[in-house]
Amino acid sequence: MTKTKEEKRDAIIAACCIGAFYVLILILEAVVPATHILFSILKKSAVYSLAAVSMNLLNGFTGLFSLGQAGFMLLGAYTYAILNMPTELKLGTSVYKYYECAIHFDMGFLPSLLLAGVIAAVFAALIGIPVLRLKSDYLAIATLGFAEIIRAVFQWEALGPVTNGANILSGFTDLNHIYIPFTKIAIPPTFFVMLLSGICIAIVLLLINSSFGRAFKAIRDDEIAAEAMGINLFKHKEMSFIISSFFAGISGALLAMYQFTVKAATFKTAMTYEILLIVVIGGIGSISGSCIGSFLFIACNEWWLRFLDESSNNIAGLNIFRSGFRKVVFSLIIMVIVLFFRKGLMGDKELTAKNVRQFIAGKKSEKKAKGGEKA
Amino acid sequence: MSEALLRLENVTMQFGGVVAVDSLSLEVETGKIVALIGPNGAGKTTAFNCITGVYQPTNGLISFDDKLVVSGHPTGKMKRDYKGSNSEKYLDKEIIDPTPDEITRLGIARTFQNIRLWKSMSVFDNVLTAKHMRNRQNVFTATFRLDRAEEKRMRQETMELLEEQNLAQYKDDLAVSLPYGLQRRLEIARALATDPKLLLLDEPAAGMNPQETLELGEFIVEIQKKHNLTIFMIEHHMDLVMRFCDKIYVIDFGKLIAGGTPAEIKNNQRVIDAYLGVAEE
Repeated sequence: MTKTKEEKRDAIIAACCIGAFYVLILILEAVVPATHILFSILKKSAVYSLAAVSMNLLNGFTGLFSLGQAGFMLLGAYTYAILNMPTELKLGTSVYKYYECAIHFDMGFLPSLLLAGVIAAVFAALIGIPVLRLKSDYLAIATLGFAEIIRAVFQWEALGPVTNGANILSGFTDLNHIYIPFTKIAIPPTFFVMLLSGICIAIVLLLINSSFGRAFKAIRDDEIAAEAMGINLFKHKEMSFIISSFFAGISGALLAMYQFTVKAATFKTAMTYEILLIVVIGGIGSISGSCIGSFLFIACNEWWLRFLDESSNNIAGLNIFRSGFRKVVFSLIIMVIVLFFRKGLMGDKELTAKNVRQFIAGKKSEKKAKGGEKA
Repeated sequence: MSEALLRLENVTMQFGGVVAVDSLSLEVETGKIVALIGPNGAGKTTAFNCITGVYQPTNGLISFDDKLVVSGHPTGKMKRDYKGSNSEKYLDKEIIDPTPDEITRLGIARTFQNIRLWKSMSVFDNVLTAKHMRNRQNVFTATFRLDRAEEKRMRQETMELLEEQNLAQYKDDLAVSLPYGLQRRLEIARALATDPKLLLLDEPAAGMNPQETLELGEFIVEIQKKHNLTIFMIEHHMDLVMRFCDKIYVIDFGKLIAGGTPAEIKNNQRVIDAYLGVAEE
């Protein structure tokens, strides 16, 4: 179908906005000192955006209530860490203190990242076969159980020569040491994470707007009708599950790069809930919602509300500012959001030039209507 | 005499102790409009669900286009509890239990008694999504837009279907925002998007007034001719059935009680008894 002029213009506007955003990040990284908290927030929210988008693909677009995200992120993080860690470090005693590492090779960060996704996807394919026959809550419980099992298995001593047991893995390429392959040109860390998760999110977006994405949505809206229209339920659910896990694996690897270390204990159920919270706040079925949600979540949690935890902020007599108070306020904010934005901040809409224009036009006509009343 | 496109042979569907469809045998001839009628709870929709693969019949065979597509016989506990007839007849046959999407792929499309459109999608996307089954793209080429010709073809065909159904002006509206009659029409358009040979309509005129029912009947005849279809429908509106159908099957309590042309059915005593009840002496 030929695109109309307006659609073309909107696409150009969107491309310019995204380009400008990345340029802004590059400029910020060049100007603001790298230790500024803004960068750590941006990096973490980029990682979480990807995790949230991958969860949204399952929960929001295919209608599969899955809670296995942390498990797949763990798989990705470990795969990346183990594959990318230099061989001499593996054979030494600084990381593998109690075990002899069984893996005697390493690879660059790009193939490791890719394999992190692939391994997570392979596991998803295997688990999907029994689990995807379940529906709604039962599927959630089964995937949650899977994530916990994976975490326990990775801490298992017998697997120590590979996973280093319950100890941390470190020494792999982290965000501060990313170079353009075959050169010595360093890539700014925040820019790198944002670029990579941006590419992954763009792929998910393309998928959702393709014929297969429409089939996913059909399954979400009405399984019986989807089946009657020739959409193979199992095949499409499995596909969505595998793709979602692939990107969850990559986000896990990015998280490892961001954190410098990997430890199975990080990937607890609480992490899945954090991602679920981001998806719900941003809007189930909205990719841009997940991105905005993850930035707001991370920024509130780790930056904007920090002052609430510091007792030095207390004015004489009052003793409400203390460690943990942040969480109280944070929970209140979430409740307010859920009360006033029933379907999350974005609902199932996307942040596109067209929607923004309509939104502004809507506000204007509202104002006009109000002005008319006054007159 | 044209040959049968769909053939049901002794199809029995038993749920627990209830025999919903009992040894139903019928034929739907190619190019005809055939109706399945019967009082409420007679097992009409159950029969449809057996044909479309939603249920696996407890016993019996269904063939489509001279190919056996569904086959069942009582197994396990059902062997003991089976109440239908011909329990031994198909025991040596292999059980064929296709999923609904496999049936649709063969060329049997359906609509639903209670409309089941995809709620969050536009009218256009509802039809376009039904085209997914015959899509030649794979996940990779679809995601990275490597097969634009195929996508263009699907969109063009969708637009043609919508224009033909007079739904083109609503193409960007949400499917559920359409008036009831148009939603029914959209469901038919969506079913047609799967390129069927046989179209199963489950009470297409439910909730329509006489005028709308008449229009629907004419519309059904029109699409039947245009798309070279065979139509098998469940319907309660007798005027629609009598006027537009070539053949009528009547079932009551799961059993076939009559089959024939509208004129024959009109005067069949058993049909009249089933609908009006038998006077007690």
